[in-house]
Amino acid sequence: MRERQASEAAEARRAREFEAFVAGAAGRLLHAATLLTAEPPDDNPRARRLLTLSLASTYASWDRLHGEDPYDRTRRHLVLRFADGAWPWYGRRRPGRRSVRFRPPDAPAAPAALSALTPRQRLVVVLRLFEGVAEEQTAALLGLPADRVRALCARATADLLRPPRGRAPAAVGAARS
Amino acid sequence: MNRRERETVARRLLERTPPPVPPELYGDAVRLGGRMLRRRAAVRRLLWLVLLAAVVAFVLWASAARPWVQPPSDTTPPLTGW
Repeated sequence: MRERQASEAAEARRAREFEAFVAGAAGRLLHAATLLTAEPPDDNPRARRLLTLSLASTYASWDRLHGEDPYDRTRRHLVLRFADGAWPWYGRRRPGRRSVRFRPPDAPAAPAALSALTPRQRLVVVLRLFEGVAEEQTAALLGLPADRVRALCARATADLLRPPRGRAPAAVGAARS
Repeated sequence: MNRRERETVARRLLERTPPPVPPELYGDAVRLGGRMLRRRAAVRRLLWLVLLAAVVAFVLWASAARPWVQPPSDTTPPLTGW
């Protein structure tokens, strides 16, 4: 009986803390997820799904965070979940997930410059520029050498700033083949 | 434009138009997370039950078979007719 009361109290506390966390962090995380999936800001079902699953995982391990930043944890989960579907040699196990990675060319692609990047370039750009994660940490998270992260980031930044006309269809075609 | 300036411009490009947060996000996350927690608890309980069953089975078998008692020898014929 006492055990049940204690667990209910723990659950209420967890829900309260988690709600405060979501209220504070969801906007930023959803923005990052939407940039990753290169969906338009007002129509981002894939980013929402990614974020919901990542938040659920954070909620499930809320009592065992041991002082770890829940924002960091959610972001790591989000990035790894996205990378699992985006890596060319990962995600073969789940072909269904890979197929969402490409947008049909006639869809109203809002961030045209972003969707011209490869998923991996978007990962690096979002982590390095949008989230401001250090180069070494990005490299460790993605399992790449730091030099490679720097090169990817420089290349992706240049691609982002180049006027997207003329180049974007070629890049989409290359990613598709 | 050097690298730092380019990165600043790209960062500004990324910061534009934050998506609206859907109101059901919190509820969905709590529902899914709660389900994960319950599933984990169920798996843990099941594993404990399996362990307990294995211990009980071993104790029963050991007390019946008494593997620590030296088995009676059946290669040497019994010594009779002295």
